[in-house]
Amino acid sequence: MNKQTVLYPKHQQMGAKLVPFGGWDMPLHYGSQLQEHHQVRQDAGMFDVSHMTVVDLQGPGVKSYLRHLLANDVDRLKNEGKALYSCMLNEQGGVVDDLIVYYLSEEWFRMVVNAATTDKDLAWMEKQSAGFELKITPRRDLAMVAVQGPNAKSKTLPLLSEKLQQAGELKPFNALADGDWFVASTGYTGEDGFEIMVPGDQAADFWQALSDAGVAPCGLGARDTLRLEAGMNLYGTDMDEQISPLEAGLAWTVAWEPEERQFIGRGPLEAQRKDPQKKKFVGLVLTGRGVLRNHLKLFNGEQEIGEITSGGFSPTLERSIAFARVSPDVGERCEVEIRGKRIPAQVVKPPFARQGKAVLAL
Amino acid sequence: MSNAPTDRRYAKSHEWIKDEGDGSLTIGITDHAQELLGDLVFVDLPEVGQSLDAGGDCAVVESVKAASDVYSPVSGEVIAINEALDGAPETINEDAFGEGWMFKVKASDMAELDGLLDAEGYDALVAEEE
Repeated sequence: MNKQTVLYPKHQQMGAKLVPFGGWDMPLHYGSQLQEHHQVRQDAGMFDVSHMTVVDLQGPGVKSYLRHLLANDVDRLKNEGKALYSCMLNEQGGVVDDLIVYYLSEEWFRMVVNAATTDKDLAWMEKQSAGFELKITPRRDLAMVAVQGPNAKSKTLPLLSEKLQQAGELKPFNALADGDWFVASTGYTGEDGFEIMVPGDQAADFWQALSDAGVAPCGLGARDTLRLEAGMNLYGTDMDEQISPLEAGLAWTVAWEPEERQFIGRGPLEAQRKDPQKKKFVGLVLTGRGVLRNHLKLFNGEQEIGEITSGGFSPTLERSIAFARVSPDVGERCEVEIRGKRIPAQVVKPPFARQGKAVLAL
Repeated sequence: MSNAPTDRRYAKSHEWIKDEGDGSLTIGITDHAQELLGDLVFVDLPEVGQSLDAGGDCAVVESVKAASDVYSPVSGEVIAINEALDGAPETINEDAFGEGWMFKVKASDMAELDGLLDAEGYDALVAEEE
């Protein structure tokens, strides 16, 4: 039996096609995934992301704990509400999960972790907390709604408390709290917008108010094509416990300085950093006909050079795009094997589209 | 619920096939099939002149979600393809039984049609799946 978010009755009422995802029954789309995608690029759409888990970390040891736990360095966070994207690694340098961590005070940080990984994340975090003085509290009482698109903020702000209306001034990757409401200028689409934590018992009314304000409900299908276009990784697909951030295009999230900070996985990562054979993580645009899919093999002549990690159709580019992990000597072009045929593709640097537009010159 | 037109036959793999009365048969996928697939973004059709075996895969439809093979309900030779689908695969979502047709064949054995479902039989199959 899958879990349901507090917004499940709203999804049913709004005609969602519900599918199992990470142990939850979640909306795939509400009619047309393509229309929802365009709605977010051109206007405003909302996603129920309550299946993800908010975790509060509180105590005098919290900062030193997180500097040990995470590959990025929370010491970079100095202002209340400031957010940081990071990987949480295992001892081998593989990715346990990717997450966002918010600074609320010197003794209070807040994390948002993936749905399917929540149980193992919490177990890992508890295990690593030995010797640090802090309390780890999953906030199951909070729902979470992402409102994304060029008109997302203007449609959302009038529905918020007076204090939270100042969220209109937030710079990217910053958040503002009012009681249990928490508004962050973050997202997973490459568009302007908010991710909003809301007390569970107020979530359905808030969702309805957003809908009444002209924000279209959007499902996981559009969420996936939007994040792919925006060049954002998906845990479990683009990286997992066997893959380090250095082979998943996430080297920019590893804080190597200061050198004496011994975060979990640092040793193997340092060794891999110097390895000329380590794989590259690139974008692909299919120039021939077809659709790129996860796990398709890539070739340079007869030599197999890698595999697609996430592939699909880009509604903004009207072409098929993908992320791929390839050998370091990859050139500007390669071939993808689709149903026994070799189809040409161009190797590019993501993102593919942001803020309503294609960002690649094709 | 389904509403398969009664002027044609159906394969269990969700293709429809219509006898045009001039020796040609038009083939497409059903409205139920397009609904299961979601928004279509790519269609790969057979080539004119290609010979097909009943039950053999001969085309591919790809949606935002996944790729799906299309099987020829009968044996025969491809005599026309719906080239308009190349730039507008969504036509199948909008009108699976009409403008969204995929290809036409000249059947080698019209009796193969008798082994296919009629509209009532197809509707029952869909009802069973749901």
